[in-house]
Amino acid sequence: MDTILKTDVSAASGVRAATPAIAVEGLVKRYGQVRAVDGISFNVARGSFTALLGGNGAGKTTTIAILLGLVRPTAGRVEILGQEFARHSKTLLARMNFQSPYADLPRRLTVRQNLTVYARLYGVANPKIQIASLARELDLDALLDRPLGELSAGQRTRAGLAKAFINRPELVLLDEPTASLDPDTADWVRGFLARYAREAGATFFIASHNMLEVERLCDSVLMMKGGLIVDSGAPKELIAKYGRTTLEDVFLDVARHGARSESAP
Amino acid sequence: MSGIDAGTPRRIGAVVLRHWYLIASSWPRFVDLCYWPIVQMILWGFIQTFLMRQSSFFAQAGGILLGAVMLWDVLFRGQIGLAIAFFEEVYSRNLGHLFATPLRIGEYIAALMLVSLARTVIGLFPATLLAIWFFGFSLYSLGIALIAFFVSLIVFGWSIGLFVAGLVLRYGLGAESFAWAFIFALAPLCGVYYPTAILPAWVQVLSAVLPASYIFNGMRAVLINHVVRVDYLLTAAGLNVVWLAAGVAGFLIFHSQARERGMLLQLGE
Repeated sequence: MDTILKTDVSAASGVRAATPAIAVEGLVKRYGQVRAVDGISFNVARGSFTALLGGNGAGKTTTIAILLGLVRPTAGRVEILGQEFARHSKTLLARMNFQSPYADLPRRLTVRQNLTVYARLYGVANPKIQIASLARELDLDALLDRPLGELSAGQRTRAGLAKAFINRPELVLLDEPTASLDPDTADWVRGFLARYAREAGATFFIASHNMLEVERLCDSVLMMKGGLIVDSGAPKELIAKYGRTTLEDVFLDVARHGARSESAP
Repeated sequence: MSGIDAGTPRRIGAVVLRHWYLIASSWPRFVDLCYWPIVQMILWGFIQTFLMRQSSFFAQAGGILLGAVMLWDVLFRGQIGLAIAFFEEVYSRNLGHLFATPLRIGEYIAALMLVSLARTVIGLFPATLLAIWFFGFSLYSLGIALIAFFVSLIVFGWSIGLFVAGLVLRYGLGAESFAWAFIFALAPLCGVYYPTAILPAWVQVLSAVLPASYIFNGMRAVLINHVVRVDYLLTAAGLNVVWLAAGVAGFLIFHSQARERGMLLQLGE
Protein backbone atom coordinates (compact mmCIF):
# COMPACT_ATOMS: atom_id res chain seq x y z
CA MET A 1 0.00 0.00 0.00
CA ASP A 2 0.95 3.61 -0.28
CA THR A 3 2.86 4.32 2.90
CA ILE A 4 2.28 8.07 2.83
CA LEU A 5 -0.02 8.72 5.73
CA LYS A 6 -2.02 11.86 6.31
CA THR A 7 -1.59 12.14 10.00
CA ASP A 8 -3.44 14.33 12.45
CA VAL A 9 -1.77 13.86 15.79
CA SER A 10 -4.23 16.20 17.46
CA ALA A 11 -6.83 13.48 16.95
CA ALA A 12 -4.43 10.87 18.31
CA SER A 13 -3.67 12.88 21.41
CA GLY A 14 -7.15 14.15 21.96
CA VAL A 15 -5.90 17.75 21.91
CA ARG A 16 -8.14 20.14 20.04
CA ALA A 17 -7.30 23.54 18.66
CA ALA A 18 -8.71 25.74 15.92
CA THR A 19 -5.51 25.68 13.88
CA PRO A 20 -2.68 23.27 14.40
CA ALA A 21 0.72 24.48 15.60
CA ILE A 22 2.26 22.72 12.61
CA ALA A 23 0.44 21.73 9.42
CA VAL A 24 2.50 19.97 6.78
CA GLU A 25 1.09 18.93 3.43
CA GLY A 26 2.89 16.84 0.82
CA LEU A 27 6.38 17.78 2.01
CA VAL A 28 9.18 16.55 -0.23
CA LYS A 29 12.91 17.12 -0.03
CA ARG A 30 15.16 15.64 -2.67
CA TYR A 31 18.96 15.83 -2.72
CA GLY A 32 19.69 14.78 -6.27
CA GLN A 33 18.27 11.26 -6.57
CA VAL A 34 17.91 10.85 -2.80
CA ARG A 35 14.46 11.53 -1.39
CA ALA A 36 15.24 12.56 2.18
CA VAL A 37 11.59 13.43 2.80
CA ASP A 38 9.14 11.75 0.51
CA GLY A 39 5.79 13.48 0.55
CA ILE A 40 4.81 13.58 4.20
CA SER A 41 1.70 15.23 5.63
CA PHE A 42 0.84 15.73 9.27
CA ASN A 43 -0.70 18.13 11.75
CA VAL A 44 0.57 18.86 15.24
CA ALA A 45 -2.01 20.25 17.67
CA ARG A 46 -1.25 23.32 19.72
CA GLY A 47 -0.11 22.59 23.23
CA SER A 48 0.85 19.01 22.42
CA PHE A 49 4.10 17.09 22.76
CA THR A 50 4.77 15.26 19.52
CA ALA A 51 7.71 12.97 18.87
CA LEU A 52 9.27 12.31 15.52
CA LEU A 53 10.83 8.86 15.65
CA GLY A 54 12.92 6.97 13.17
CA GLY A 55 16.32 5.47 12.56
CA ASN A 56 19.30 7.36 11.26
CA GLY A 57 18.56 8.76 7.80
CA ALA A 58 14.81 8.47 8.25
CA GLY A 59 14.32 12.17 7.48
CA LYS A 60 13.73 13.55 10.98
CA THR A 61 16.46 16.20 10.99
CA THR A 62 15.61 17.28 7.43
CA THR A 63 11.97 17.68 8.44
CA ILE A 64 12.92 19.81 11.46
CA ALA A 65 15.36 21.87 9.36
CA ILE A 66 12.57 22.57 6.84
CA LEU A 67 10.27 23.68 9.67
CA LEU A 68 13.00 26.13 10.75
CA GLY A 69 13.59 27.48 7.24
CA LEU A 70 17.14 26.11 7.16
CA VAL A 71 16.39 23.78 4.26
CA ARG A 72 14.21 24.69 1.30
CA PRO A 73 11.70 21.92 0.51
CA THR A 74 11.46 20.58 -3.01
CA ALA A 75 7.66 20.54 -2.76
CA GLY A 76 4.92 20.84 -0.20
CA ARG A 77 3.34 23.33 2.10
CA VAL A 78 4.17 24.19 5.69
CA GLU A 79 1.93 26.21 7.99
CA ILE A 80 3.12 27.15 11.44
CA LEU A 81 0.89 28.70 14.11
CA GLY A 82 -1.75 29.24 11.46
CA GLN A 83 0.46 31.10 8.96
CA GLU A 84 2.16 29.96 5.80
CA PHE A 85 5.81 29.57 6.74
CA ALA A 86 7.27 30.48 3.34
CA ARG A 87 5.58 33.90 3.43
CA HIS A 88 5.89 34.76 7.12
CA SER A 89 9.07 32.96 8.12
CA LYS A 90 10.71 35.85 9.99
CA THR A 91 7.67 36.75 12.10
CA LEU A 92 7.08 33.06 12.81
CA LEU A 93 10.71 32.40 13.73
CA ALA A 94 10.38 35.04 16.47
CA ARG A 95 7.70 32.80 18.04
CA MET A 96 9.68 29.56 17.67
CA ASN A 97 13.02 28.23 18.80
CA PHE A 98 15.03 25.03 18.60
CA GLN A 99 17.94 23.01 19.84
CA SER A 100 19.86 20.56 17.72
CA PRO A 101 23.10 18.62 18.07
CA TYR A 102 23.91 19.85 14.54
CA ALA A 103 24.17 23.49 15.66
CA ASP A 104 26.43 24.80 18.41
CA LEU A 105 26.68 28.12 20.14
CA PRO A 106 30.02 29.99 19.91
CA ARG A 107 32.28 28.30 22.45
CA ARG A 108 34.54 31.27 23.11
CA LEU A 109 31.62 33.35 24.33
CA THR A 110 30.33 32.91 27.85
CA VAL A 111 26.88 31.48 28.46
CA ARG A 112 25.63 34.94 29.40
CA GLN A 113 27.10 36.53 26.26
CA ASN A 114 25.53 33.87 24.05
CA LEU A 115 22.15 34.30 25.69
CA THR A 116 22.42 38.11 25.45
CA VAL A 117 23.13 37.93 21.71
CA TYR A 118 20.21 35.58 21.08
CA ALA A 119 17.89 37.59 23.34
CA ARG A 120 18.59 40.59 21.10
CA LEU A 121 18.17 38.61 17.92
CA TYR A 122 14.77 37.37 19.10
CA GLY A 123 13.73 40.79 20.40
CA VAL A 124 13.35 39.74 24.04
CA ALA A 125 11.96 42.74 25.92
CA ASN A 126 14.04 42.41 29.07
CA PRO A 127 17.02 40.16 28.36
CA LYS A 128 18.66 40.42 31.79
CA ILE A 129 15.53 39.28 33.64
CA GLN A 130 14.87 36.52 31.12
CA ILE A 131 18.47 35.25 31.32
CA ALA A 132 18.40 35.31 35.12
CA SER A 133 15.09 33.42 35.13
CA LEU A 134 16.33 30.74 32.71
CA ALA A 135 19.61 30.42 34.62
CA ARG A 136 17.62 29.66 37.78
CA GLU A 137 15.34 27.18 36.05
CA LEU A 138 18.14 25.35 34.24
CA ASP A 139 20.64 25.53 37.10
CA LEU A 140 23.04 27.69 35.09
CA ASP A 141 23.68 30.44 37.67
CA ALA A 142 27.22 29.34 38.42
CA LEU A 143 28.02 28.83 34.73
CA LEU A 144 26.75 32.11 33.27
CA ASP A 145 30.14 33.80 33.09
CA ARG A 146 32.11 30.80 31.91
CA PRO A 147 32.97 30.31 28.22
CA LEU A 148 30.80 27.65 26.66
CA GLY A 149 33.90 25.75 25.53
CA GLU A 150 34.91 25.15 29.16
CA LEU A 151 31.64 23.40 30.04
CA SER A 152 30.91 19.69 30.00
CA ALA A 153 28.66 18.27 27.29
CA GLY A 154 25.74 18.15 29.71
CA GLN A 155 26.28 21.74 30.83
CA ARG A 156 26.45 22.85 27.18
CA THR A 157 23.19 21.04 26.52
CA ARG A 158 21.55 22.99 29.33
CA ALA A 159 23.00 26.24 27.96
CA GLY A 160 21.61 25.29 24.54
CA LEU A 161 18.23 24.69 26.14
CA ALA A 162 18.40 28.14 27.73
CA LYS A 163 18.94 29.58 24.24
CA ALA A 164 16.00 27.51 22.96
CA PHE A 165 13.72 29.14 25.55
CA ILE A 166 15.20 32.65 25.52
CA ASN A 167 12.22 34.10 23.61
CA ARG A 168 9.58 32.06 25.49
CA PRO A 169 8.63 30.30 22.25
CA GLU A 170 5.14 29.06 21.45
CA LEU A 171 6.64 26.26 19.37
CA VAL A 172 9.82 24.44 20.39
CA LEU A 173 11.63 22.02 18.09
CA LEU A 174 14.14 19.81 19.84
CA ASP A 175 16.47 17.31 18.22
CA GLU A 176 17.73 14.82 20.82
CA PRO A 177 17.29 17.24 23.74
CA THR A 178 18.69 14.90 26.41
CA ALA A 179 21.21 12.92 24.36
CA SER A 180 24.34 13.96 26.25
CA LEU A 181 22.81 14.20 29.73
CA ASP A 182 23.18 11.75 32.60
CA PRO A 183 19.89 10.05 33.62
CA ASP A 184 19.37 12.34 36.61
CA THR A 185 19.89 15.57 34.63
CA ALA A 186 17.89 14.20 31.69
CA ASP A 187 14.99 13.47 34.02
CA TRP A 188 15.28 16.94 35.49
CA VAL A 189 15.28 18.50 31.98
CA ARG A 190 12.17 16.51 31.04
CA GLY A 191 10.53 17.97 34.13
CA PHE A 192 11.51 21.45 32.95
CA LEU A 193 10.05 20.83 29.48
CA ALA A 194 6.79 19.53 30.92
CA ARG A 195 6.55 22.49 33.31
CA TYR A 196 7.22 24.99 30.53
CA ALA A 197 4.61 23.36 28.28
CA ARG A 198 2.06 23.53 31.07
CA GLU A 199 2.79 27.13 32.02
CA ALA A 200 3.27 28.61 28.52
CA GLY A 201 0.84 26.37 26.64
CA ALA A 202 3.68 25.73 24.19
CA THR A 203 3.86 23.04 21.55
CA PHE A 204 6.83 20.68 21.46
CA PHE A 205 8.05 18.79 18.40
CA ILE A 206 10.84 16.44 19.41
CA ALA A 207 13.10 14.12 17.47
CA SER A 208 14.44 11.53 19.88
CA HIS A 209 15.91 8.07 20.09
CA ASN A 210 15.07 7.86 23.78
CA MET A 211 11.83 5.87 23.80
CA LEU A 212 11.30 6.14 27.54
CA GLU A 213 11.50 9.90 27.18
CA VAL A 214 8.95 9.83 24.38
CA GLU A 215 6.61 7.60 26.40
CA ARG A 216 6.87 9.90 29.38
CA LEU A 217 6.55 13.24 27.59
CA CYS A 218 4.68 12.83 24.36
CA ASP A 219 0.98 12.80 23.54
CA SER A 220 1.63 11.48 20.09
CA VAL A 221 4.25 9.96 17.86
CA LEU A 222 5.09 10.14 14.17
CA MET A 223 7.22 7.25 12.98
CA MET A 224 9.46 7.92 9.98
CA LYS A 225 11.29 5.50 7.77
CA GLY A 226 12.94 6.20 4.44
CA GLY A 227 11.54 9.73 4.30
CA LEU A 228 7.97 8.60 4.92
CA ILE A 229 5.69 8.70 7.93
CA VAL A 230 4.87 5.03 8.25
CA ASP A 231 2.79 5.10 11.39
CA SER A 232 1.47 7.47 14.02
CA GLY A 233 -0.61 7.64 17.13
CA ALA A 234 -0.46 8.01 20.88
CA PRO A 235 2.37 5.96 22.44
CA LYS A 236 -0.04 3.62 24.26
CA GLU A 237 -2.08 3.10 21.09
CA LEU A 238 1.02 2.16 19.13
CA ILE A 239 2.20 -0.22 21.83
CA ALA A 240 -1.22 -1.89 21.82
CA LYS A 241 -1.38 -1.95 18.03
CA TYR A 242 1.93 -3.79 17.76
CA GLY A 243 1.21 -6.06 20.71
CA ARG A 244 4.34 -4.91 22.53
CA THR A 245 5.09 -3.70 26.02
CA THR A 246 7.32 -0.69 25.24
CA LEU A 247 7.65 1.92 22.55
CA GLU A 248 11.22 0.76 21.99
CA ASP A 249 9.89 -2.63 20.87
CA VAL A 250 7.49 -0.86 18.52
CA PHE A 251 10.39 1.18 17.15
CA LEU A 252 12.40 -1.99 16.51
CA ASP A 253 9.41 -3.65 14.83
CA VAL A 254 8.97 -0.70 12.50
CA ALA A 255 12.69 -0.36 11.81
CA ARG A 256 13.18 -4.07 11.02
CA HIS A 257 9.87 -5.21 9.61
CA GLY A 258 8.07 -2.04 8.57
CA ALA A 259 4.93 -0.52 9.97
CA ARG A 260 2.02 -2.80 10.87
CA SER A 261 -0.13 -1.14 8.25
CA GLU A 262 2.57 -1.95 5.65
CA SER A 263 2.56 -5.67 6.40
CA ALA A 264 -1.16 -6.00 6.96
CA PRO A 265 -2.96 -7.97 4.22
CA MET B 1 16.20 40.27 -0.39
CA SER B 2 14.80 41.30 2.96
CA GLY B 3 12.72 43.95 4.59
CA ILE B 4 13.61 46.50 7.22
CA ASP B 5 11.55 46.93 10.36
CA ALA B 6 11.92 48.43 13.83
CA GLY B 7 13.96 45.42 14.95
CA THR B 8 16.56 45.74 12.19
CA PRO B 9 19.10 47.88 14.14
CA ARG B 10 18.73 45.62 17.19
CA ARG B 11 19.38 42.44 15.20
CA ILE B 12 22.33 43.98 13.36
CA GLY B 13 23.65 45.17 16.73
CA ALA B 14 23.28 41.65 18.15
CA VAL B 15 25.56 40.15 15.49
CA VAL B 16 28.08 43.00 15.94
CA LEU B 17 27.93 42.46 19.71
CA ARG B 18 28.66 38.75 19.25
CA HIS B 19 31.90 39.64 17.42
CA TRP B 20 32.78 42.40 19.86
CA TYR B 21 32.50 39.88 22.71
CA LEU B 22 34.88 37.64 20.80
CA ILE B 23 37.51 40.34 20.18
CA ALA B 24 37.24 42.00 23.59
CA SER B 25 37.47 38.73 25.52
CA SER B 26 40.82 37.77 24.03
CA TRP B 27 43.84 40.06 24.14
CA PRO B 28 45.77 37.88 21.63
CA ARG B 29 42.98 38.48 19.11
CA PHE B 30 43.15 42.18 19.80
CA VAL B 31 46.92 42.24 19.38
CA ASP B 32 46.64 40.13 16.22
CA LEU B 33 44.41 42.78 14.65
CA CYS B 34 47.08 45.48 15.12
CA TYR B 35 50.23 43.39 14.76
CA TRP B 36 50.49 42.81 11.00
CA PRO B 37 49.57 46.36 9.93
CA ILE B 38 52.33 47.65 12.26
CA VAL B 39 54.89 45.12 10.99
CA GLN B 40 54.03 45.98 7.38
CA MET B 41 54.25 49.69 8.09
CA ILE B 42 57.66 49.37 9.74
CA LEU B 43 59.05 47.19 6.94
CA TRP B 44 57.88 49.52 4.17
CA GLY B 45 58.83 52.56 6.22
CA PHE B 46 62.47 51.45 6.26
CA ILE B 47 62.37 50.57 2.54
CA GLN B 48 61.02 54.04 1.87
CA THR B 49 63.67 55.66 4.06
CA PHE B 50 66.36 53.80 2.13
CA LEU B 51 64.87 54.77 -1.26
CA MET B 52 64.52 58.42 -0.23
CA ARG B 53 68.29 58.50 0.32
CA GLN B 54 68.96 56.91 -3.09
CA SER B 55 66.41 58.58 -5.32
CA SER B 56 65.33 62.19 -5.80
CA PHE B 57 61.88 60.92 -6.86
CA PHE B 58 61.25 59.23 -3.55
CA ALA B 59 62.85 62.13 -1.70
CA GLN B 60 60.26 64.46 -3.26
CA ALA B 61 57.33 62.06 -2.94
CA GLY B 62 57.76 61.25 0.70
CA GLY B 63 55.31 58.73 2.12
CA ILE B 64 54.32 57.22 -1.21
CA LEU B 65 55.16 53.67 -0.13
CA LEU B 66 53.88 54.08 3.43
CA GLY B 67 50.64 55.57 2.13
CA ALA B 68 50.29 52.68 -0.30
CA VAL B 69 50.90 49.97 2.28
CA MET B 70 48.42 51.47 4.74
CA LEU B 71 45.72 51.98 2.10
CA TRP B 72 46.34 48.43 0.87
CA ASP B 73 45.68 47.30 4.41
CA VAL B 74 42.30 49.05 4.32
CA LEU B 75 41.36 46.90 1.32
CA PHE B 76 42.93 43.74 2.71
CA ARG B 77 41.59 44.14 6.27
CA GLY B 78 38.17 45.13 4.95
CA GLN B 79 37.95 41.96 2.89
CA ILE B 80 39.50 39.55 5.37
CA GLY B 81 37.63 41.16 8.29
CA LEU B 82 34.29 40.41 6.66
CA ALA B 83 35.28 36.91 5.58
CA ILE B 84 36.69 35.98 8.99
CA ALA B 85 33.62 37.29 10.80
CA PHE B 86 31.61 34.89 8.64
CA PHE B 87 34.10 32.03 9.08
CA GLU B 88 33.79 32.41 12.87
CA GLU B 89 30.15 31.33 12.56
CA VAL B 90 31.16 28.37 10.41
CA TYR B 91 33.97 27.32 12.78
CA SER B 92 31.57 27.45 15.74
CA ARG B 93 28.73 25.70 13.81
CA ASN B 94 26.50 28.63 14.70
CA LEU B 95 24.98 29.32 11.28
CA GLY B 96 21.98 27.09 11.94
CA HIS B 97 21.15 29.01 15.09
CA LEU B 98 21.63 32.41 13.42
CA PHE B 99 19.55 31.72 10.34
CA ALA B 100 16.72 30.20 12.39
CA THR B 101 16.20 33.52 14.18
CA PRO B 102 14.27 36.51 12.81
CA LEU B 103 17.62 37.85 11.50
CA ARG B 104 17.23 38.74 7.83
CA ILE B 105 19.96 38.01 5.34
CA GLY B 106 20.39 41.70 4.50
CA GLU B 107 20.78 42.47 8.21
CA TYR B 108 23.42 39.79 8.50
CA ILE B 109 25.35 41.26 5.56
CA ALA B 110 25.13 44.75 7.11
CA ALA B 111 26.42 43.34 10.41
CA LEU B 112 29.35 41.65 8.68
CA MET B 113 30.25 44.98 7.08
CA LEU B 114 30.16 46.77 10.42
CA VAL B 115 32.32 44.09 12.03
CA SER B 116 34.79 44.42 9.16
CA LEU B 117 34.82 48.21 9.55
CA ALA B 118 35.53 47.90 13.28
CA ARG B 119 38.29 45.32 12.75
CA THR B 120 39.90 47.48 10.05
CA VAL B 121 39.87 50.66 12.13
CA ILE B 122 41.12 48.86 15.26
CA GLY B 123 43.87 47.19 13.25
CA LEU B 124 45.06 50.20 11.28
CA PHE B 125 44.74 53.13 13.67
CA PRO B 126 47.81 52.24 15.79
CA ALA B 127 49.90 51.75 12.62
CA THR B 128 48.94 55.20 11.31
CA LEU B 129 50.00 56.80 14.60
CA LEU B 130 53.26 54.87 14.73
CA ALA B 131 54.03 55.88 11.12
CA ILE B 132 53.97 59.53 12.25
CA TRP B 133 56.23 58.76 15.19
CA PHE B 134 58.71 56.47 13.41
CA PHE B 135 58.88 57.94 9.90
CA GLY B 136 57.24 61.35 10.12
CA PHE B 137 54.54 60.32 7.64
CA SER B 138 50.92 61.07 8.46
CA LEU B 139 48.29 59.24 6.43
CA TYR B 140 45.98 62.00 7.57
CA SER B 141 47.98 64.45 5.42
CA LEU B 142 45.92 63.08 2.51
CA GLY B 143 43.18 65.25 3.94
CA ILE B 144 39.57 64.88 2.93
CA ALA B 145 40.59 62.56 0.09
CA LEU B 146 41.59 59.98 2.71
CA ILE B 147 37.92 59.52 3.63
CA ALA B 148 37.03 58.86 0.00
CA PHE B 149 40.00 56.48 -0.39
CA PHE B 150 39.07 54.63 2.80
CA VAL B 151 35.40 54.24 1.88
CA SER B 152 36.18 53.16 -1.66
CA LEU B 153 38.74 50.56 -0.62
CA ILE B 154 36.74 49.05 2.23
CA VAL B 155 33.62 48.77 0.06
CA PHE B 156 35.67 46.97 -2.59
CA GLY B 157 37.04 44.71 0.16
CA TRP B 158 33.50 43.92 1.33
CA SER B 159 32.49 43.00 -2.22
CA ILE B 160 35.23 40.40 -2.45
CA GLY B 161 34.70 39.28 1.16
CA LEU B 162 31.01 38.64 0.54
CA PHE B 163 31.75 36.59 -2.54
CA VAL B 164 34.35 34.50 -0.68
CA ALA B 165 31.98 34.03 2.28
CA GLY B 166 29.34 32.88 -0.20
CA LEU B 167 31.77 30.37 -1.69
CA VAL B 168 32.35 28.86 1.76
CA LEU B 169 28.62 28.81 2.40
CA ARG B 170 28.12 26.86 -0.80
CA TYR B 171 31.25 24.70 -1.00
CA GLY B 172 32.30 24.43 2.65
CA LEU B 173 35.54 25.31 4.40
CA GLY B 174 37.55 23.85 1.51
CA ALA B 175 36.96 27.22 -0.19
CA GLU B 176 38.36 29.13 2.81
CA SER B 177 41.75 29.67 1.18
CA PHE B 178 40.10 31.87 -1.48
CA ALA B 179 39.79 34.52 1.23
CA TRP B 180 43.55 35.00 0.99
CA ALA B 181 44.08 34.02 -2.64
CA PHE B 182 41.59 36.42 -4.25
CA ILE B 183 42.83 39.56 -2.62
CA PHE B 184 46.52 38.86 -3.23
CA ALA B 185 45.78 38.06 -6.87
CA LEU B 186 44.38 41.57 -7.21
CA ALA B 187 47.39 43.30 -5.64
CA PRO B 188 49.57 43.31 -8.79
CA LEU B 189 46.63 44.46 -10.92
CA CYS B 190 45.56 47.48 -8.91
CA GLY B 191 48.97 49.16 -8.78
CA VAL B 192 49.46 49.41 -5.05
CA TYR B 193 53.13 50.40 -5.28
CA TYR B 194 53.40 51.54 -8.94
CA PRO B 195 51.23 53.36 -11.48
CA THR B 196 48.98 51.03 -13.42
CA ALA B 197 50.28 52.70 -16.60
CA ILE B 198 53.41 50.52 -16.40
CA LEU B 199 51.35 47.31 -16.70
CA PRO B 200 51.15 45.52 -20.08
CA ALA B 201 48.23 46.77 -22.16
CA TRP B 202 46.08 43.65 -21.66
CA VAL B 203 46.66 43.73 -17.91
CA GLN B 204 45.65 47.39 -17.87
CA VAL B 205 42.24 46.30 -19.19
CA LEU B 206 41.81 44.12 -16.09
CA SER B 207 43.20 46.84 -13.87
CA ALA B 208 40.71 49.37 -15.25
CA VAL B 209 37.71 47.50 -13.80
CA LEU B 210 39.11 47.47 -10.27
CA PRO B 211 38.09 50.43 -8.08
CA ALA B 212 41.32 50.08 -6.12
CA SER B 213 43.42 50.94 -9.22
CA TYR B 214 41.91 54.44 -9.27
CA ILE B 215 42.40 54.86 -5.55
CA PHE B 216 46.11 54.01 -5.57
CA ASN B 217 46.68 56.16 -8.66
CA GLY B 218 44.68 58.89 -6.92
CA MET B 219 46.80 58.59 -3.78
CA ARG B 220 49.96 59.07 -5.82
CA ALA B 221 48.38 62.11 -7.49
CA VAL B 222 47.80 63.65 -4.07
CA LEU B 223 51.27 62.86 -2.72
CA ILE B 224 53.29 63.61 -5.86
CA ASN B 225 51.28 66.31 -7.67
CA HIS B 226 49.21 67.56 -4.72
CA VAL B 227 46.05 67.13 -6.79
CA VAL B 228 42.86 65.33 -5.77
CA ARG B 229 41.70 63.48 -8.89
CA VAL B 230 37.93 63.69 -8.53
CA ASP B 231 37.53 61.79 -11.79
CA TYR B 232 39.40 58.85 -10.25
CA LEU B 233 37.21 58.97 -7.15
CA LEU B 234 34.00 59.05 -9.18
CA THR B 235 35.12 56.18 -11.41
CA ALA B 236 36.04 54.14 -8.34
CA ALA B 237 32.66 54.91 -6.75
CA GLY B 238 30.81 53.83 -9.88
CA LEU B 239 32.79 50.60 -10.13
CA ASN B 240 32.22 49.95 -6.43
CA VAL B 241 28.46 50.06 -6.97
CA VAL B 242 28.83 47.30 -9.55
CA TRP B 243 31.28 45.24 -7.47
CA LEU B 244 29.22 45.53 -4.29
CA ALA B 245 26.05 44.56 -6.13
CA ALA B 246 27.90 41.55 -7.54
CA GLY B 247 29.29 40.61 -4.10
CA VAL B 248 25.87 40.84 -2.42
CA ALA B 249 24.22 38.96 -5.29
CA GLY B 250 26.90 36.24 -5.09
CA PHE B 251 26.37 35.84 -1.34
CA LEU B 252 22.59 35.67 -1.75
CA ILE B 253 22.80 33.11 -4.54
CA PHE B 254 25.24 30.93 -2.59
CA HIS B 255 23.09 31.28 0.55
CA SER B 256 20.06 30.18 -1.44
CA GLN B 257 21.99 27.19 -2.80
CA ALA B 258 23.19 26.34 0.73
CA ARG B 259 19.55 26.22 1.89
CA GLU B 260 18.69 24.09 -1.11
CA ARG B 261 21.48 21.63 -0.30
CA GLY B 262 20.94 21.60 3.47
CA MET B 263 24.37 23.12 4.18
CA LEU B 264 23.31 25.55 6.91
CA LEU B 265 23.15 22.80 9.53
CA GLN B 266 26.13 20.87 8.20
CA LEU B 267 28.81 23.53 7.81
CA GLY B 268 31.49 23.47 10.44
CA GLU B 269 34.91 22.23 11.40
